[in-house]
Amino acid sequence: MSATTDTQHLIQAVTGNQAVAMAMKQIDPDVVAAYPITPQTDVVQEFAEYVAAGSVKANFVTVESEHSAMSACIGSASAGARTMTATSSAGFALMWEMLYIAASMRCPIVMTTVNRALSGPINIHCDHSDSMGGRDSGWVQIYNEDAQEAYDATIMGFPIAEHADVRLPVMNMYDGFIISGAIGPLQALTDDEVKAFIGDAPTYPNLLNTDEPMTFGPFDGLHGFYFEHKIAQQRAMDRALNVIQGVYDRFAAVTGRQYNHLMTYCMEDADIAMVVANSAAGNARIVADQLRAEGVKAGVIKLRTFRPFPTAEYAKALANVKAVGVMDRADSFGGVGGPLYMELLSALYQYDIRAKTANFIYGLGGRDIFPQDVETGFRLLQAAAEGADLPKSRVYLNMKGA
Amino acid sequence: MTWDIKDIQKWSPEEHELGAVIPEAGNATLYKTGGWRSERPVRDEEKCTQCLFCYFYCPDTAVLVEDGKVVAFDYDHCKGCGVCATECPVDAITMHPETEFEGGC
Repeated sequence: MSATTDTQHLIQAVTGNQAVAMAMKQIDPDVVAAYPITPQTDVVQEFAEYVAAGSVKANFVTVESEHSAMSACIGSASAGARTMTATSSAGFALMWEMLYIAASMRCPIVMTTVNRALSGPINIHCDHSDSMGGRDSGWVQIYNEDAQEAYDATIMGFPIAEHADVRLPVMNMYDGFIISGAIGPLQALTDDEVKAFIGDAPTYPNLLNTDEPMTFGPFDGLHGFYFEHKIAQQRAMDRALNVIQGVYDRFAAVTGRQYNHLMTYCMEDADIAMVVANSAAGNARIVADQLRAEGVKAGVIKLRTFRPFPTAEYAKALANVKAVGVMDRADSFGGVGGPLYMELLSALYQYDIRAKTANFIYGLGGRDIFPQDVETGFRLLQAAAEGADLPKSRVYLNMKGA
Repeated sequence: MTWDIKDIQKWSPEEHELGAVIPEAGNATLYKTGGWRSERPVRDEEKCTQCLFCYFYCPDTAVLVEDGKVVAFDYDHCKGCGVCATECPVDAITMHPETEFEGGC
């Protein structure tokens, strides 16, 4: 679709949260159970307005907490209803127990997680501590740079979650305030295109089928098969890699917007590369352009699919890179580095790639990240590519008192 | 539906129901919980007044009643909690270690 001539797909100016609420309206799921929390609130609020106006048929369940929100979602999805929710930060943390249950009960729920720091000190601004803390919960995780990506990911949620080879919940992330509250361009699909893309929900064994009564969420017994069920979850994650790429490709055929597990920029001949998630990817690309103008072969990999982690694709993209930096907007206190750094190191080691690496921690609690901060990181990588060593400890970008 | 689980101990992860669903309704009776028991209730029929307290108190419906009278314990499902012995107003039920019985645990 061409933006300039296509009146069906005019570019609109919306916030990230409005974009996602619009996608949810177009999907019109059977059930939305959610609780408001900054900076996700507008998603739920706008959707509630759609419900009040009668422009969606969805059953909107107002609950007393995020633990209840996810519990209601699990019940709803187990009953065979298409179910969505949204959260952030402390709300995400309060859902934590139920996130594992949603995944292990194989509920194809689609959730928006607007990334916000976890307390304390109490902080409402963006970092990725919330969703990174849920990375082992069994949910598919997809990170998004801007409102357009967040909208598109929402539309792609059910085709991934409900796929027979997957049947796992899907969560989509984007940066709190930076994207959730800031206005950016959005080219939406038409309602008919959305309906055609997601199709009807598949039927699977569910609670409300009284002809075939079943037990959901049972005790596994004293000599049970928990182990086998966990293996089945991992195998579904393995299969999800292909399914997700298939959905990305099918989406590209409709919209012209091609997504991949990792979004590479100037990586073909790169000597140095920065791996980064969400909105800071733009900063990294600007700096890569500046370095390229100097003749430095710099590239950027934007993380998109994080669970399942596309290990082989990272190894392939970084096979000939001399130094790679990983930008983490979350930390794993006492760990080797931030969560993305640890993931990437493991991937490279598994494929015998021994590029020099550095971990850049940035943006915690919404600390601004400027192009010159990313450049600081890139300059370290540049020096490393020419023979210098990289620090083994974390490098903090835009830290005060540095 | 009927769920054939005779080979369940050999099932691969893919052979189990997705999400650990139990697709057969009412099959809890197939799960023998009697093996959890360390003490077994024994009823003295001469002392028993057929008040049925044990029947109402039993949390596992393991007191079997026919024609309004206690006839036996369901030892496949009695977990040996001893509520029946505690509540019996005439001490007609006593608890005995499983080791006293043939085939006991």
